[in-house]
Amino acid sequence: MSTNTPTIQKEEQGTGPGTEPVDSPLRDNLRALLRHRSAMIGGGIILFFILIALIAPLLLPYGYNQIDPDARLQAPSGEHWFGTDDFGRDIFARVIYGARISLWVGFFAISGSIVVGSALGLIAGFYGGWRDTLISRLFDILLAFPAILLAIAIVAMLGPSLENAMYAIAIINVPTFGRLMRSRVLAVKQEDYVLAARAIGMKDRRILFSHILPNSWTPIMVQGTLGFATAVLEAAALGFIGMGAQPPEPEWGKMLSDSRAFIQSAPWTMVFPGLAIMLTVLGFNLLGDGLRDVFDPRMKQ
Amino acid sequence: MLIPVLIGMSIITFSIVHAIPGSPAKAILGERATPEAMERLEENMGLNDPLYIQYFRYVGNLLQGDLGTSVQTGRPVAEEILPYLTATFELALCAMLIAIFFGVNLGILSAWRQNTSVDYLSMVIALIGVSMPVFWLGLMEQWIFAQELDWLPSNGRMDPRMFFEPITNFYLLDALIQGNLYALQDAFRHMLLPAIALGTIPMAIIARMTRSSMLEVLRSDYIRTARAKGVREGLIIYKHALKNAFIPIITVFGLQMGLLLGGAILTETIFSWPGVGRYLYDAIHARDYAVVQSGILIVATIFVIINLIVDLLYAWIDPRIQYGKE
Amino acid sequence: MNMKKSLLIAVGFVLILSTVLAGCGGKSAGGQGKTLIYGRGADSPQLDPALVTDGESFRVTENVMETLVEYKKKSMEVKPGLAKDWEQSDDGKTWTFHLREGIQFHDGTPFNAEAVVFNFERWMNQEMKPSKKDDFTYYASMFGGFKGDEGHIIESVKAVDEYTVQFQLKESQGPFLQNLAMSPFAIASPKAVKADPAEFAQHPVGTGPFKFKSWKKGDSITIVKNEDYWQEGLPKLDRVIFESIPDNSARFTALQSGDIDVMDGLNPDDAKRVEKNENLQLLKRPPNNVGYLAFNTEKEPFDNKKVRQAINHAVNKKGLIKSFYAGLAEPAKNPIPPSMWGYNEKVEPYEYDLDKAKQLLKEAGYEDGFKATFYAMPEPRPYMPDGKKIAEYIQADLKKIGIEVEIVSPEWQTYLEDTEQGKHEMALLGWTGDNGDPDNFLYVLLDQDNARVPAQNIAFYKNEQLHDILIKAQRETEQSKRAELYKKAQHIIHEDAPWVPLVYSTPSLAAQSYVKGYQPHPKGSDSLAEVDIEK
Repeated sequence: MSTNTPTIQKEEQGTGPGTEPVDSPLRDNLRALLRHRSAMIGGGIILFFILIALIAPLLLPYGYNQIDPDARLQAPSGEHWFGTDDFGRDIFARVIYGARISLWVGFFAISGSIVVGSALGLIAGFYGGWRDTLISRLFDILLAFPAILLAIAIVAMLGPSLENAMYAIAIINVPTFGRLMRSRVLAVKQEDYVLAARAIGMKDRRILFSHILPNSWTPIMVQGTLGFATAVLEAAALGFIGMGAQPPEPEWGKMLSDSRAFIQSAPWTMVFPGLAIMLTVLGFNLLGDGLRDVFDPRMKQ
Repeated sequence: MLIPVLIGMSIITFSIVHAIPGSPAKAILGERATPEAMERLEENMGLNDPLYIQYFRYVGNLLQGDLGTSVQTGRPVAEEILPYLTATFELALCAMLIAIFFGVNLGILSAWRQNTSVDYLSMVIALIGVSMPVFWLGLMEQWIFAQELDWLPSNGRMDPRMFFEPITNFYLLDALIQGNLYALQDAFRHMLLPAIALGTIPMAIIARMTRSSMLEVLRSDYIRTARAKGVREGLIIYKHALKNAFIPIITVFGLQMGLLLGGAILTETIFSWPGVGRYLYDAIHARDYAVVQSGILIVATIFVIINLIVDLLYAWIDPRIQYGKE
Repeated sequence: MNMKKSLLIAVGFVLILSTVLAGCGGKSAGGQGKTLIYGRGADSPQLDPALVTDGESFRVTENVMETLVEYKKKSMEVKPGLAKDWEQSDDGKTWTFHLREGIQFHDGTPFNAEAVVFNFERWMNQEMKPSKKDDFTYYASMFGGFKGDEGHIIESVKAVDEYTVQFQLKESQGPFLQNLAMSPFAIASPKAVKADPAEFAQHPVGTGPFKFKSWKKGDSITIVKNEDYWQEGLPKLDRVIFESIPDNSARFTALQSGDIDVMDGLNPDDAKRVEKNENLQLLKRPPNNVGYLAFNTEKEPFDNKKVRQAINHAVNKKGLIKSFYAGLAEPAKNPIPPSMWGYNEKVEPYEYDLDKAKQLLKEAGYEDGFKATFYAMPEPRPYMPDGKKIAEYIQADLKKIGIEVEIVSPEWQTYLEDTEQGKHEMALLGWTGDNGDPDNFLYVLLDQDNARVPAQNIAFYKNEQLHDILIKAQRETEQSKRAELYKKAQHIIHEDAPWVPLVYSTPSLAAQSYVKGYQPHPKGSDSLAEVDIEK
């Protein structure tokens, strides 16, 4: 295990054999979460973005792709709150529609990582042996790649598009969840009730689904929320270098790279999409921190 | 341990790179790719052989220490990649220094003044730092410091007018060795903006880790004792803090150095930094197979080695942590 | 951390910051003589011009190595270079060049007929390449292949005496002289090539106004004044440094802050800022290119001429030029640029008229419109600064006449591959002239010979009548007769509308106003011999 990334190892330490899983009732946790200030702020930000993403068309007098050559690169004003881009499109509208894209990509990419990663981690941790060796090596290999380069190569292979960027992000995040799940499984496997279930001859599959999975999902949820933040950033990064969303999709990273040409003449084209990315990522980070504090205090350093 | 990972990586990289549609011949010829020229070039490059033959040829050469030749420049990858690697390394190291300096101090400060406005402000900075899209920060820096204020240069490693022959290709070091103060100053000024952009995320992570480990220290008995004895508070805290911050720092250092090596692409793109991330990115675009394959392998090997060192450091600092047991 | 300490740190910071910022004024630190910094988008791959096809290499080698004949300062017409004069036999198959005497290569070896013969033999026999992977691509494409190939046009190259070279051609070639002026056919020092071809590609040795000095990969190339240059008083600069700054706007920032002296690849939107800034000047490169939208005429509904004409009417070229070229382009109506001889002024362009477009669609039976894929290039090209945005713009107009296009923008190589295979229905592309001959546009891009996969004629446009005209024009050696044939060809193409010819772009450069004598050349790379700095 010498090539592990150290933070993950630290996590494994915390949940290693001998420590008990957090076992407080869900309701208490929820109450704690509601009292957790930063979690609430983070949740608020996310909720806000989800909301505007949903009701975007109702809010806006302009479509995100409404071209007006006569209104190119206008500074923010009462009419165009965030100004216009080089097509004369309303940047406010584009930023709001962009929320749809970023949330969508983040959600599906991370869900994909969680499903695939957890499945692999479960198999590795539960069965051990050659399966464990094979899967763990695969994780080692994936983690040894420079993540963004791997993503770029994958997108180059599949062809640049939002969907393919999403697959790439899902792939590069698989090992994170895989390792987490594996370590949880290893820990839970040693618990008395699992040993007892084994002893009374319970089938593997039932043990997996009725004991191991339910006792492993909290760290995955925490990591998933934090991973969401990473995924949003990665999608924007891919968009920024032209390996993500394609025109006319108002993806934030792509908007930023389009704005580079106007960094002097129209800086507002650059300021707002960046702020949107930052706020979204901040929201997920805050929420993730809060979830971690409440559900799994031991994961915290 | 290292070997199977490297073999796996070579296979994966090779497969991905060859699965990318488009041939290097096309990349070279562009609009001028006539069928005849394409055929000739592909034959010349040995691209008409079956894939497995190409792979074994590649691995065979690797084992003999030959990393292959770039199709774009016709030069050996081993020779060509070096200046790019050192450029990125220098940038990453400087980013790390900035991150550590500001991160540790911010962390200590906010733990020391826990639950005051100083603490909140520091942690808000740290949180924003963690959430910062590097490319946006880089653009904003360029806009404000290079364009509006015109304080710092926004591109490259050094003013090309400078008479300066790099030795190790770590410009700061080279300028220092040569005693060329002009060059040193110039290299430093070029370094500042990209290093800050690249250092922001690790800075924020270090600040948060330092804070939480500091809080533990502050609650510990010996601090209470020390306080009771009347030792000057600032000094103890600082000393203990540094000691305690050491583990989070090397954690982040190991993790981020690897990430920065391959992941500085965005910063390098924005600041026209001739680094390895940009180099590999261009090679992917150009379908320069040998460069991509060997380059990724080199970066990954460095990454793995850095992590090995970090693991050893851990064990050395804190013998309670043991590795190798599952 | 007590007060004293933090104070100390703060003071230290201020000190460091002040030394750092103090550097603002000291930009000339270390510089001697007249140095020109040339900011450009990418590094050169190699510096043996015969081995490369990209402009970033020629930009450098053109100043280090010279050709037998050269293009005039502002046009693609030919003037004497290393050869002071020449004659052509009556059948057009024998060319005799008289070389200038007393010229030396940078390594001190003499330039003479033997050196010229050596270079041509090297190319046609494919000898002395740095590695097996390299290729004399331009030689093959301009002279019909290599020795032994069926289409190879050069029978032999002989040294008649020390300063006379004779080319024997298999058959006459209209653009032969124009070809010889191209940068890839610059004469290299035989001694340097023989010593080590690989080293030569890193360190070119020629007769040019500048000598190669050093190369920091991915960063900069330095060339210095050739003190023994054969043209008196040239070059005027002591040193030129080519610096790579990939992003256009970043390069422009560097220009404004005085980090560089000249930049190419100016964003059209920045052109206005250059004109407003009295410290800067805008340099316009005469257009030698065309940017176009090609229909795949083999696919429905683009096999229908009326549909193609309809779309021709639906593209707002003036609007495009205003939005994406900042006015630095002309709307196109023919496949060749207007500066070229043989350009047909009489062709009436399809005007922007959506009603007419709808009408034509109706006549073609597509009243309700249709769906199509539209390829837009992912990278800026000299003829099109931003293909994706232009596609978006056209997309919006087409929507108004009921055509829904989906923009596809794969990576550049994939893009080229897909379009030459005919996977597209509509695609943006363009062409920059090589040698100033209409054949280099019309035959290459629109003849049926080039409509076979992998095609350069990505409209897959086939017209027998056009083919006959183009072949006839290739064999003809008298320019006025050729011009007539090409005018006819343009007429046919206009009527059939396999393309929407979009723009002739004027790629622009920007320079500090103290840079004098910089004349951008239509071929895309410029000689810097006469450029000067007057501060």
